[in-house]
Amino acid sequence: MKILAIDSSGLTATVALLQDELVIAEYSVNYKKTHSQTLVPMLDEIRKMTDLDLASVDAIAVAKGPGSFTGLRIGSATVKGLGLALDKPVIPVGTVDALSYNGWGYPGLVCPIMDARRQQVYTGIYRFTKDKWEIVKEQCAISVAELVEILNGMEGPVLFLGDACPVYAEEIRAGMKTEYEFAPPHMSRQRAAALGVLAMEYYRMGRIETADAHRPEYLRKSQAERMRDEAE
Amino acid sequence: MEQSSVLRENKDLLILGIESSCDETAAAVIKGGRTVLSNVISSQIDIHTLYGGVVPEIASRKHTERINQVIREALSDAGAALKDIDAIAVTYGPGLVGALLVGVAEAKAISFATGIDLVGVHHIEGHICANYIEHKDLEPPFLSLVVSGGHTHLVNVADYGVYEILGRTRDDAAGEAFDKVARAIGLGYPGGPKIDKVAKEGNPDAIAFPRAKVAASVYDFSFSGLKSAVLNYLNSCEMKGESIVVPDVAASFQKAVVDVLVENSMMACAERSCRKFALAGGVASNSALRAAMEEACRAGGIDFYVPSPVYCTDNAAMIAVAGYYEYCKGVRSDLTLNAVPNLPLGER
Repeated sequence: MKILAIDSSGLTATVALLQDELVIAEYSVNYKKTHSQTLVPMLDEIRKMTDLDLASVDAIAVAKGPGSFTGLRIGSATVKGLGLALDKPVIPVGTVDALSYNGWGYPGLVCPIMDARRQQVYTGIYRFTKDKWEIVKEQCAISVAELVEILNGMEGPVLFLGDACPVYAEEIRAGMKTEYEFAPPHMSRQRAAALGVLAMEYYRMGRIETADAHRPEYLRKSQAERMRDEAE
Repeated sequence: MEQSSVLRENKDLLILGIESSCDETAAAVIKGGRTVLSNVISSQIDIHTLYGGVVPEIASRKHTERINQVIREALSDAGAALKDIDAIAVTYGPGLVGALLVGVAEAKAISFATGIDLVGVHHIEGHICANYIEHKDLEPPFLSLVVSGGHTHLVNVADYGVYEILGRTRDDAAGEAFDKVARAIGLGYPGGPKIDKVAKEGNPDAIAFPRAKVAASVYDFSFSGLKSAVLNYLNSCEMKGESIVVPDVAASFQKAVVDVLVENSMMACAERSCRKFALAGGVASNSALRAAMEEACRAGGIDFYVPSPVYCTDNAAMIAVAGYYEYCKGVRSDLTLNAVPNLPLGER
């Protein structure tokens, strides 16, 4: 089974090609260019480098959210176009869920944090026991203070990773009573290979959707909708 | 982008157009440059009406939800499959950046997956090219006025893909002024069609609103002064306890806009000795503007062109037509194509 995996939910643009137990190619960029400029050319680079016949791809995995609204849509529209043109299904994977796979095997809790602005992070809490991946807290948008309080009520150690680590390092240091550490750089940003490995599991479980039905899960309404809700 | 100046037409070419610059998700297939095989428009107007105008984030979300279905419908209505398509033309600017990005990302992914050539198209160029669909005899050079919710451009169309902007709005677009005035007199969104309808019952000479001129640049437009004049008039009526005759306000405001649009257009035609004039853009659906411009052209011995309303509103057929002429001139976009919200006309 062969899948293409794409994540443009944050500042990182990352794409990967996986076949069964092998990551054939992975290409990640943390640079100031926009995803609109980088994402498809990166896919094209992988195609050329690995002599990929796109028709041989079984499904396309994508970070479904949360994340930057615009980033999510670039990834979403890209996989929708690929799915439409290649007649292949989409495997939607939670962005934070996929990030937690970067910390696979960590003997404690894995806690990705993505900067969600407005004093919040997109986060979730995960645990790896034996070969099992367990979601302790589903991905959500909460304040770091709230997250620290939740983690202080749990048994550590906790591994923090994600682009909000440098943003909230002080607050975490000040508030955490449970033992914790920050992941090194190679584990700390979105990796399409990790997303692809989780997507393989989902594909085997039948957790796929059509390219037409796919849409991002933002976890947040638009500002206009929020203001309208508050006014009512 | 690559570009040459020689136009090599091919009447068998099939172009898939994709448009998502504002609040319509649209796809179309055209053949040989001017024959529309399909034209699918999914409008989001109902949801934006709740907010009194287009909400960019909501527009972008809706585009993402609808785009595949709209493209499939355009292909199926045309009796075509992707393998039959020679090029994909997609709007990459100007417009709402988040909205544009959906169409651009989708088009690039399809181009990458299939090898179909990609052509990035300027939205205003699309509006001008909408005139080619129903007027098979229309060819450059001609002058065109593009009026919509976001744009007011007086353009010299020197050749296919060659544009010279003679005048533009210094502040609000004409359509924007319609929306703002409609809101002020309680007609709601979208302002253009609502003012057009109500104005039919009113006296266009009831209130003397100003016809704004831009001193330094004779072809430029300014509508914010007119909008303020309408608001001041409404305020002064309220202060004096006078009731407002909404149809009269609508008709008088509309006439003030139309007069300026027609005057500048006819002045440009006269000075450039132009015998052909094409109206375009969403506001080209306005019945008073169509009638006045047609009358002025007739009086001046100028051939007048305007698309049917379905091709005046944002649509993908016009993008495919513009894409056809760019494609025939050798223009190709690569996979780095990005959305450019302030893309100038005639530049790549």
